[in-house]
Amino acid sequence: MQEIIQYLFSGITTGAIYAVIAVGLSMLYSSTELINFAHGEFVMIGAMSMVTFWVHMALPLPVAIGCTLALGCALGLLFERFAIRTARNPQPIVLVIITVGASIFLRGTGMIVWGKDPFSVPPFSNHESLEIFGAALLPQSIWIVAAALLLAGGIHFFLKRTLTGKAMVASAVNQKAAWLSGIPPERMAVLAFAISTGCGAVAGIFIAPVTMSSYDMGTILGLKGFCAAMIGGLGSLWGAFAGGILLGVLESLGAGLISSGLKDAIAFILLLLILYVRPGGLFSAKEAKRF
Amino acid sequence: MYALADCFRLKRQNGSDMDDNKIKNRIEHAVFICIILVLGLFTQNTYYLQIMTFIGINTLLALGLNMLIGYAGQISLGHAAFYGIGAYTTAILSGTFGISPWLSLLCAIGVAVLIAFVVGLPTLRLSGYYLGMGTLGFGMIVNILFREWSSVTGGSSGFVGIPVLEAGKVSFMSGQNYFFLVWGVVLGAILMCRRILASRMGRALRSIHDGEKASLAVGVNTHYLKLQIFMFSASLGAVAGFLYAHFVLFISPESFGFMVSVKMVTMVVIGGMASVWGALLGASLLTLLPEVLHGFAEYEMIVFGLILMVVMIFMPQGLTRGFLDMYEKARKKRQ
Repeated sequence: MQEIIQYLFSGITTGAIYAVIAVGLSMLYSSTELINFAHGEFVMIGAMSMVTFWVHMALPLPVAIGCTLALGCALGLLFERFAIRTARNPQPIVLVIITVGASIFLRGTGMIVWGKDPFSVPPFSNHESLEIFGAALLPQSIWIVAAALLLAGGIHFFLKRTLTGKAMVASAVNQKAAWLSGIPPERMAVLAFAISTGCGAVAGIFIAPVTMSSYDMGTILGLKGFCAAMIGGLGSLWGAFAGGILLGVLESLGAGLISSGLKDAIAFILLLLILYVRPGGLFSAKEAKRF
Repeated sequence: MYALADCFRLKRQNGSDMDDNKIKNRIEHAVFICIILVLGLFTQNTYYLQIMTFIGINTLLALGLNMLIGYAGQISLGHAAFYGIGAYTTAILSGTFGISPWLSLLCAIGVAVLIAFVVGLPTLRLSGYYLGMGTLGFGMIVNILFREWSSVTGGSSGFVGIPVLEAGKVSFMSGQNYFFLVWGVVLGAILMCRRILASRMGRALRSIHDGEKASLAVGVNTHYLKLQIFMFSASLGAVAGFLYAHFVLFISPESFGFMVSVKMVTMVVIGGMASVWGALLGASLLTLLPEVLHGFAEYEMIVFGLILMVVMIFMPQGLTRGFLDMYEKARKKRQ
């Protein structure tokens, strides 16, 4: 019992990180119909920038987080402007390869900038771990889950309550109609990109104190983010969030109770199951089109 | 939609037109064979021979995937799984159990086709990004299996002890013999692909690419056809895996991971989709590029990523089409 609770705690923590990655991907997909295979690299950039700004340059924590976030968003802007918008023939497969190229490029840059050695970041707060039903709950975990909820809530508020957010939703639903009513679709796409890569950087900030960070950590995180987004339903914000938490919990339980070697396989087995049984995702109301 | 119309015009093509095409194909194949012979006979440098052998193996992969992506219009982001299944099947059968490698080739193809059938049955009902994610998931699971089932596959440290291929007195220790073996198989695969494409099946295949609903409406069993082509490309992947395993004599899970799947797709797209020679071009470029980029040392990945992005941004139809377009433009300007 105690073990299971312990697994649940750690599962929810990693799940919250997957959720933030998935929210970024899902958000981008819903507004531009693009799957960004370089998304995981933005997570890497987030984590590694924390190493630079906080550990090496010893900036105060809020400043370091702000700088990392700004870097993530700025790189997203540049990526959209120079790689995605200039593409002449935006077929899905071509865009997939462009984003894969970008991911290799970013990983290569990461290797040059930060080297090949892994880094660790100390926890954000030094409180003692709490004990609940005999299982230890690290304050770090509470931080991460709360911040993930806050982020998803913030995006939800932005999309539902602000004019720009509503314009973005409109542009996603029907670009031509939105354009006719005066919404510039390019600007919406740029904004979606910046928010999405910003989410990636946030996930990186969260993950930095939890595991070792190195230049090649991004790919697998990005792929698990896809799995989470698919499980919850591609294009739905809270679906992606729930998918992330679910994936994290199942992974942690599976690794603890069955075999730690198969931990990475769980995400992909879930992905296949979802695709076969309910391709729209667990939380989608309507039966999804399979294109 | 032209391919769709072709489906009906089965034999009504102009006779002389057919002959022209046949002659053109024959010339192309003759030139191809000559180039292979010249390269094989006159290259003494073992490093170059090795690179060219790798190009052959990658061409097989690209050919198989091109049938799926270029002609049938179905994306697969997990095709390295079949490559790996071919390699590991032959490694385990001939290395661990001592079965003749040629028999294990048949087994490797059989296993790959069977798995392609089982996986393709539900997966190929998906399309677009969903199909991409489904095949990606499959590829990752197979790769994790290679890594974790260490009692059989040797785990992440790899599988050692794959026997050298032999046929009678001829030993295919790496070098010229292996080069000819691989390129002989490539030639066979090219002929086979072209035969399929020229048949009724090939036309039906292109009709799926143009519009799946429309080809369903005229009576093409699209799901079955996609499954068949998926199995065919899986079998080519398995053959490539077999050749790879007996060439390098050591395999490890990294050679069949996600990035390899992506590289295979890139070969197809960069060379030019729906073209047999495009697959050859793409495979050659993607095999040579890392070798050339070794000169950049640490900057290798950055340059590779940049090239990939730039080519896809400015030549989304692939290099074959891209260069043809540039040539046409230049000619028009001169006139």
